Amino acid sequence: MAATASQAKTAHGLNTAFILKKAVISALVALVLFSLMIGIRTEAGSDGQLTWWTRFGDLAAMVAVVFGGSIVMELLRHWWGPVETVRVVPPSAQKAFSFAGRALVPALLIFAFLVPVIFYDERYILDLGILVLTYVMLGWGLNVVVGLAGLLDLGYVAFYAVGAYSYALLATNFGLSFWICLPLAGILAAFFGVLLGFPVLRLRGDYLAIVTLAFGEIIRLVIINWQTLTGGPNGISGIPRPTMFGIPLTPGDDGLAARLGIEFSPTHRIVFLFYLILALALLTNWVTIRLRRLPIGRAWEALREDEVACRALGINTTTTKLTAFATGAMFGGFAGAFFATRQGFISPESFTFHESALVLAIVVLGGMGSQLGVALAALAMIGGFELFRGLEQFRMLVFGGAMVLLMIWRPRGLIGHRAPTVFLERNTAISSDLVKEGHG
Amino acid sequence: MNINDILSVENLTMRFGGIVAVNNLSFTAERGKITALIGPNGAGKTTVFNCITGFYKPTSGTIKLRHSDGEWRLERLNDFRISKIAKVARTFQNIRLFPGMTALENLMVAQHNTLMRASGFTLLGLFGVPSYRAAEKAAIDLARYWLDQIGLLERADDAAGNLPYGDQRRLEIARAMCTEPALLCLDEPAAGLNARESAALNELLLKIRAEHGTSILLIEHDMSVVMQISDHINVLDYGVKIADGTPQQIRDNPKVIAAYLGADEEEAIAVMEGET
Repeated sequence: MAATASQAKTAHGLNTAFILKKAVISALVALVLFSLMIGIRTEAGSDGQLTWWTRFGDLAAMVAVVFGGSIVMELLRHWWGPVETVRVVPPSAQKAFSFAGRALVPALLIFAFLVPVIFYDERYILDLGILVLTYVMLGWGLNVVVGLAGLLDLGYVAFYAVGAYSYALLATNFGLSFWICLPLAGILAAFFGVLLGFPVLRLRGDYLAIVTLAFGEIIRLVIINWQTLTGGPNGISGIPRPTMFGIPLTPGDDGLAARLGIEFSPTHRIVFLFYLILALALLTNWVTIRLRRLPIGRAWEALREDEVACRALGINTTTTKLTAFATGAMFGGFAGAFFATRQGFISPESFTFHESALVLAIVVLGGMGSQLGVALAALAMIGGFELFRGLEQFRMLVFGGAMVLLMIWRPRGLIGHRAPTVFLERNTAISSDLVKEGHG
Repeated sequence: MNINDILSVENLTMRFGGIVAVNNLSFTAERGKITALIGPNGAGKTTVFNCITGFYKPTSGTIKLRHSDGEWRLERLNDFRISKIAKVARTFQNIRLFPGMTALENLMVAQHNTLMRASGFTLLGLFGVPSYRAAEKAAIDLARYWLDQIGLLERADDAAGNLPYGDQRRLEIARAMCTEPALLCLDEPAAGLNARESAALNELLLKIRAEHGTSILLIEHDMSVVMQISDHINVLDYGVKIADGTPQQIRDNPKVIAAYLGADEEEAIAVMEGET
C-alpha cells in the first residue's frame, strides 16, 4: 500500500520543467490570440475614418496573467487533483471533508426549511430561493432521463412549457383549481414525454440530442403560432394564484390572514409558494430515490450501461426508455404548473432553448445521476449567478472561469461517484470512471 | 424434432448482402445436455448464436425451442421476448456486464421481469408493499446463491468493472443463470482464461447441468473445455456443418482436422495415420 502510494506520488509529483513548458505554451497561444484582440484597438474616427492605436502594455499584462495562471492551475491540480490522482491532502482534513459530506444533506434540508423564517423580511432572498428550488426540481426531473437512463435530452423545456400552459389554460378557461390542475399538468407532460419518446427510440447519442432539441423548439413554435388557443407571443395573463387548499391568500374577508385573525401581508403568499415548491421538489427527490431501488430504476441504469445486455436479459428496452421519458417529463410538467401559478403570466419567451441548456448544465455539473450534486449545482448556477450581480459586466467572466475550474477538478461533476442501489455487506460508492455516461 | 430435444435449428441460412455467413445449417440440442458448436474463426458460430437469441433475423430457416413451459419459433420472437418468454439466456464473446453497477446489482437487473411483476409494475413497489419486499429478498437470495456458486460472494458489493477478467466471465454466466433459463447459450466462455480458471469453468458448467437441468449450448475455441464437458459437438466451417458427434468421434474426424489445420482432407488423414 505504502509502495503504491509513493509510486503514484512520484508519477504525479511536481515536475517543474513540465509545468514551465506548459505555461510557456499557454502564454504563446495567448500572445497569438490576444495580439489582435487586445494589442491593437480600432475605432471609427470623427470623420468616419478608421483610427487605431496599440496597447502592448495590456497585451503583455494579459500574457503574463495567462503564464502565471497556468502555473497556479498546475500547482492546484497537484494539490487537489482529479479523482484518479493521489491527493496530497492531510488525513485529518480528509476526515473533516467526509464528515462535512455526511452532514451536508441534513444541513441543507434544515436550512431550506428555515429560509422563510430567517429571511422573512427579505423578499429578494425568498424569490431567489423559489427560483433556485424550481431549478432543483427541474434538475432532478431531467436527472431521471439524462443521469439514470443516459438519454441525452436537449428539449426538456418542452415539458416545462406543456405543464405551464396546461395549468394556465385549464385554470383560465375552465376555472379549475391549482390542486386539480397540478396532476393534470403532470399527466399531460408525461403524455408528451411518451410522444417524444416514440420517434427517438431508435436514435442514439448526437442524433437523439438533435431530435429532442427540435422537439423543444417545435413545442415553442406551436405555442407562438396557435394564437387562438395560447394567445401566441402575447402569452396568457391573469392566471389564478394558488390557494391553500381552497383558502385564498388575499386581503379579503375569506382570505387566510382574515381567517387566522392576523394582519394581511403579501409575504404570506411568497412563503406559501416557497414551501409549495420545496414540497414539490422533495416529492420529486423521494420518488426518484424510490424508483432507483425498484426494478424499473435499475433497468434505467442498466440501459445507460449496456443496452444490448439489457435486451439479452429480457428487459423491454422500449417501455423502459418510454417510462424514463414520461417520468422526467411529468416532473417537468409539475414544475411548469408551479411556474405558471407563481408568475401569473406566461409567454413563449420563458421556454427557450436557454432554459433546456441551463437545466442540462445543472445535471451535468452536479454529477450525472447524483441527487445531491444536482441540488448543489442548481444552488451554484442560479444562486451563485445572482451573487455575482454586483460585478456587472464581469459576471459572465467569473461564471465562465468558475466552470473551467470545476471541470478541471471535477471532470465528472460535483458528486463524482455512484451509490449502489442494493448491497449485501458494504455500501461502497462506485468511482465515476467505471460508470458509463450513456450513449442514447 | 425429437422428443428429447430442447432446440432444433432447421435449414438456417443467414445472408449479409452477398456473403452467406450460415448456409442451410441444421442441428439439434438435447435437453439437459451440453452441446458445443465449434469451428475455425469466421465459421459463422456467433452468427448462429445471434439468430437463436434474436439479435439477427435469419434469412430463412426455422429455430424451434421446446421445454416444459411450451413451444416457440424463436425466429418469430422479438429479441427481449426470447429471454423473457422462451427462457433462453446468453453471454457475449466480449463481456457485456454493467461495469458501473455492483456484482449484486448486475444479478438483480437479470431478475427484472420477476421483480417487475412483484412490484406491480412499479406502482406497488413505490409504496413498499410487503409482497414486493418479500420478492426483493428472494431475488437477493438467488443472487447470493449464484455469487456463492461462482466464488464471488466476497466481492458482491464491488463494481463489476473492477473485477478481474476471469471473475467477470463467471459473473456474466451467473447473471444469465439469474434469468432462470431453460437454455443457456455461452459464447466463448473460456476465452482469455488460464488453465486453472477454465478447469473451474468446466466444473461450474457441469454443476449447472447436473443441479439445475439447464441445457447448455456452447461456442468454444478452448478444446480442453469442449472435449471434456460436451455431450455432443457440431463442427461448422464456412457456415456449413461439416461434422457432428460425440467428442471422441469429432477428435477422430479427418474433415474436422482438415478444417482446423486449413489443409486438404487427404493430407489430414496422412497426418493422423502418421501419428498412430
